[in-house]
Amino acid sequence: MTTKSQAVLNWIDERFPLTSSIKGHLTEYYAPKNFNFWYFFGSLALLVLVIQIVTGIFLVMHYKPDASLNAAGVPVAFASVEYIMRDVPGGWLIRYLHSTGASAFFIVVYLHMFRGLLYGSYRKPRELIWIFGTLIFLALMAEAFMGYLLPWGQMSFWGAQVIVNLFSAIPIIGPDLSLVIRGDYVVSDATLNRFFSFHVIAVPLVLIGLVAAHIVALHEVGSNNPDGVEIKKKKDSSGKPLDGIPFHPYYTVKDIVGVVAFLFVFSAVVFFAPEGGGYFLEFNNFLPADPLTTPPHIAPVWYFTPFYSILRAVTYPLFGLDAKFWGVVAMGASVVIIAFLPWLDRSPVKSIRYKGPVFKAALVIFIICFFILGYLGVLPPTPGRTLVSQICSVLYFGFFLLMPWYSQLDKCKPEPERVNFK
Amino acid sequence: MKSRLLSFIKRAAAVALFAPALAMAAGAALHLDKAPVSTDPAALQHGAKVFVNYCLNCHGASFIRYNRLQDIGLSEQMIRDNLLFTGEKTGDLMKIAMQRDDAKVWFGKAPPDLTVVARARASEFGSGADWLYTYLRQFYRDPARPTGWNNAIFANVGMPHVLYELQGEQAAKITQNADGTTHTALELVKPGKLSVAEYDKTIADLVSFLVWMGEPVAEKRKSIGTIVLLFLAGLFVLSYALKKNYWKDIH
Repeated sequence: MTTKSQAVLNWIDERFPLTSSIKGHLTEYYAPKNFNFWYFFGSLALLVLVIQIVTGIFLVMHYKPDASLNAAGVPVAFASVEYIMRDVPGGWLIRYLHSTGASAFFIVVYLHMFRGLLYGSYRKPRELIWIFGTLIFLALMAEAFMGYLLPWGQMSFWGAQVIVNLFSAIPIIGPDLSLVIRGDYVVSDATLNRFFSFHVIAVPLVLIGLVAAHIVALHEVGSNNPDGVEIKKKKDSSGKPLDGIPFHPYYTVKDIVGVVAFLFVFSAVVFFAPEGGGYFLEFNNFLPADPLTTPPHIAPVWYFTPFYSILRAVTYPLFGLDAKFWGVVAMGASVVIIAFLPWLDRSPVKSIRYKGPVFKAALVIFIICFFILGYLGVLPPTPGRTLVSQICSVLYFGFFLLMPWYSQLDKCKPEPERVNFK
Repeated sequence: MKSRLLSFIKRAAAVALFAPALAMAAGAALHLDKAPVSTDPAALQHGAKVFVNYCLNCHGASFIRYNRLQDIGLSEQMIRDNLLFTGEKTGDLMKIAMQRDDAKVWFGKAPPDLTVVARARASEFGSGADWLYTYLRQFYRDPARPTGWNNAIFANVGMPHVLYELQGEQAAKITQNADGTTHTALELVKPGKLSVAEYDKTIADLVSFLVWMGEPVAEKRKSIGTIVLLFLAGLFVLSYALKKNYWKDIH
């Protein structure tokens, strides 16, 4: 480095921790060298967040959150989306990147969470990382839900109507709460405007803050790995973990490979199947919102369907309260319970590699149930389907609530001293 | 203990396997004819002509401008001479003059905007094009309806058969199936200006135009996509080689 640029760097370092931050988070942040395929999804989630923010900025320049009808009898908000698709140069690409990005966000986040389940990434000392992660997931659900109202199509409108109505099932405060959320007695222009505000400003701020906290907490304790052993326990004479390698350049170049592979799949959807078979952009949402025409079947977007199924699975009233209320409780609990994993798992080992057959079976059943619930959530209910979703909901909660017992009685293999690397 | 757990897992797996089958068994199926959608400019131009002549009086296409039709090979002059009748400019949106309140009185419901109808009509039974292709060929005479027309896949539709001069008149023979559902068989009782094959071709062109109008950028999107994927495939090779090179000293 030339003396002049060194002088500039020194000037900055005396006033701002630039060099030390780069060292602490990149060049001298030691990550285990045995990361596998499942470890790509954290950086990919960050990439999708950036895609959503950048495309979102450009969409806001042209989108109009206005539910009133234009001269042709179409809601202005709906028309402004088609205006972006047709008259804004490159607008179609920005919009498809954003709409596909929403689904991609949930795909990478679900895989990222599954990685945590596989390798016990939530266990001590990473409980706070896991709690921040659960909060990110909750914020993401709120962000996606409110963003979905903005195109002001039939599914936008009726999906919001159904979900906001759920809050009215809460005793005493429910009706007023749903009134506050909507800003009106029905989903209307007031709802559209406040959801726009939340989607564009409030929730993204919370998301970015939580993501920062998630990463800071991670870099404080260091990353877990597929063997679930702490690399900080074995250090060389200079204090570097023996099984650790600097995040930069090793994981930056590796994550670039993951980014390119992800962008390949992502672009394949954006350019060749942006509707995602009717799951990423629902067909009914190409009809403008019509408060007087209820669609025969209202299904939430695919990423909410496992939780929506749990909501619908509750069909019994209890303690004099509506089944709907307990459905809302069950749905909320099914997300919040994820945060408690660090204290539910009592296994002597972290990673699935050394866990016994009971935990493995429980995880397989849990994942199968999650997929079935997701599948049933897009379909209209029938008595048979409700029964299946009830069984799957019980198994879903069983995975968490019975974990303190089955994780202890499992026959685990001993953890290795060092990580396995080829 | 172990065998009980095992049998529980087996039962859970059985439930998991049969759940989709259980879930599928409901809902009335809609039988749609496969639409022969074309991207050929001649077909799209013919479709545009039919659309402007027969549809664009009651239905608007308010998200698309006339000059966008240059994308399907029409010149600005051709658009001006053939498609603009009431003093519109080529940069105008394809709106209609009919008042929505009047339309509501006349048809029971204001005719919907058709710009994205080909995307909105897609369902698990077929593409939006399939639905439109079937719908526009299945009008039949029904004296019980105020317009005198009904439709085999859109019962009691408010729209009259505006293309009857081309297709002619069909009569319906409705029979009861064993399972309680009805089957509607259509028969051409009074031929129109076009033969059955010519009418089907006209509708195919019209539907192709509606598909194009639903997303005018679709073809361009795919051609850009091919370049993007090729670029990313090349970048993947490079990034993988870079990673290999950096990691060769990690053991």
